[in-house]
Amino acid sequence: MAATAETVERVNILAGEKYKYGFVSDIESDKAPKGLSEDIVRFISAKKNEPAWLLEWRLKAYRHWLTMPEPKWAKVSYPKIDYQDAYYYSAPKSMKDGPKSLEDVDPELLATYEKLGIPLREQEMLAGVAVDAVFDSVSVATTFKKKLEDVGIIFCPISEALVRCPDLVRKYLGTVVPAGDNKHSCLNSAVFTDGSFVYIPPGVRSPMELSTYFRINEKNTGQFERTLIIADKGSYVSYLEGCTAPMRDENQLHAAVVELIALDDAEIKYSTVQNWYPGDENGKGGIYNFVTKRGACRGRNSKISWTQVETGSAITWKYPSCILQGDNSVGEFYSIAITNNMQQADTGTKMIHLGRNTKSKIISKGISAGRADQTYRGLVKISPKAEGARNYTQCDSLLIGDKCGAHTVPYIESRNKSAIVEHEATTSSISEDQLFYLRQRGIPQEAAVALVVNGFCREVLQQLPMEFAVEAQKLVGISLEGSVG
Amino acid sequence: MLEIKDLHASVDGKEILKGVTLSIGKGEVHAIMGPNGSGKSTLSYVLAGREGYDITGGRIIFEGEDLTTMEPEVRAAKGLFLAFQYPVEIPGVPNSTFLKEAVNAIRRFRGEEEIDAIKMVKMLREKTKALGMADEMLKRAVNAGFSGGEKKRNEVLQMAVLEPKLAILDETDSGLDIDALKIVADGVNRLRSPERSLLVITHYQRLLEYIVPDRVHVLARGRIQRSGGKELALELEAKGYADFAEEAA
Repeated sequence: MAATAETVERVNILAGEKYKYGFVSDIESDKAPKGLSEDIVRFISAKKNEPAWLLEWRLKAYRHWLTMPEPKWAKVSYPKIDYQDAYYYSAPKSMKDGPKSLEDVDPELLATYEKLGIPLREQEMLAGVAVDAVFDSVSVATTFKKKLEDVGIIFCPISEALVRCPDLVRKYLGTVVPAGDNKHSCLNSAVFTDGSFVYIPPGVRSPMELSTYFRINEKNTGQFERTLIIADKGSYVSYLEGCTAPMRDENQLHAAVVELIALDDAEIKYSTVQNWYPGDENGKGGIYNFVTKRGACRGRNSKISWTQVETGSAITWKYPSCILQGDNSVGEFYSIAITNNMQQADTGTKMIHLGRNTKSKIISKGISAGRADQTYRGLVKISPKAEGARNYTQCDSLLIGDKCGAHTVPYIESRNKSAIVEHEATTSSISEDQLFYLRQRGIPQEAAVALVVNGFCREVLQQLPMEFAVEAQKLVGISLEGSVG
Repeated sequence: MLEIKDLHASVDGKEILKGVTLSIGKGEVHAIMGPNGSGKSTLSYVLAGREGYDITGGRIIFEGEDLTTMEPEVRAAKGLFLAFQYPVEIPGVPNSTFLKEAVNAIRRFRGEEEIDAIKMVKMLREKTKALGMADEMLKRAVNAGFSGGEKKRNEVLQMAVLEPKLAILDETDSGLDIDALKIVADGVNRLRSPERSLLVITHYQRLLEYIVPDRVHVLARGRIQRSGGKELALELEAKGYADFAEEAA
């Protein structure tokens, strides 16, 4: 956070102490001062011209946040976060803060882009280089928007949705993840600055995968992102979040909230590739990724499927969950989590079975290397009314080297006798035999490790949309570079 | 093709090979026979460059180059192939993916252009067909859930795809019934060529009825005790290895 503080301080000095006389009235400015207070929350809301109800909602969340303890049950350790030592509104980021050209960007980052085969233009975008020319993808995005509008799909920044369809936002915001759910989601509710909003009208199948990737250049939405997706009756949407390229971000604390709502016969497929900066090999720097993702299968026969590939961040704290309310609804969670060097991850899911004949499936693949520590934490809860509920859970851990850790913490609470809950877990390591076999066939050590790990993750990789899967496979290899030998 | 000169090797500080000397010419098929614990498998691992198999003396010259300090993948790229006694399972990795990686890794090492996906599929199908195997074999995960016979056939398929100059077959007959043995041997025989040498390591003579060697060597107590033509194998079959234990003593 020190780097941000410095940059912003410098910019403030250059700007001639613009905020000397109080910022609250000065809503034309681009930055709020450091720290968190009711005034800051009001400032953010005012900047976004939000309706009064939303400001009230934010303030309520903020006041609640003040009283909430930090969640302590996860197996991660980090120094106490000084919430007053951060900026909560500095967007839109001024291009002049960023590197001037790719020559100013960390060569290691560029080498990774190279390996992922990312075009030069996109490299500049990802690295935050100030580019004057209009991106090609802007026009691509416009074309896509047109196509979506034709079938009545709303896909826009959440701040825009508040103008276009305020009633929808008001009806659903915070109904899956209540503001006071946990300290991190509470903070997000108070200070979120942007994120995506998706509404799929009844009976509509989205004609394409919706991707935040197309929105990257529109806004810097990394820190307190808020996503709300509503799939109305009989609709279908596949949503992709993140991208495989490592993302630079100066903000250390990320606390996003994602809410999904599926009505009768609707299906939402949500795929994430998370590759935020993990810090260096000694654990210096790196993002704290404290995310609350939850989907509600409100309608009968609805389905929500989470797929995640988590390779980045210094600390990942994340449990994409499903509330299976509608009868016959289905929840799925497919996860690959890779931790290397000093990374820590505590991730898993919650499947809450409320309706009858609800089904859930959990496939978790954890890979730990270096000195990293990783935990799968999951809850399968069958309520008394969930007649005929079924769950299948499979948690596999793969260890690379002898200094890393893998832990599995499954909670199962069944209150209905007719429920069937299965849990399988394995822990293994990449064997010397496997590596020698592959090397004897001409495959060098690191490629051999990548191949074995990709095989280990296959079931989950197959869940990803095609192009994403190809990139994710490469990413798996890159994330583990230097982990063996 | 291959010159092994006074090779000494240890595993965990214990000397297993105590001066092996052997010369294999281009296109020749040599067999190494010997009792259990004579160092047969150690020899194959040392030739392939496995970690933990330390060369303490002597040299291995392959195509005029000293292999002794080369990494396993470099030896593979130079044309050395080892068919494993116990082929290893790689769950979740389709055979076709594995073979594609291997072929292109070797081509990259040699400075050749990589083969694209479409040509690769075509090539793999041809090789599979030529060996009388089903395409299904390419889709399955490497050796995962394979029967003993399937694993050995998969080794032959890999050999066919990688086209090595020297293939070492380590106890390829172990665990096979006679029908499976014939199929595997038939596959190996198809790959015999004046350009390719074979080193067949086996405990029993029966494999050599199907893969007929030019020379037979007896390895016992860490050394080649005797060399001869293919008739030596028959003699061993009749008499067993007891003589060699005595001769060496």
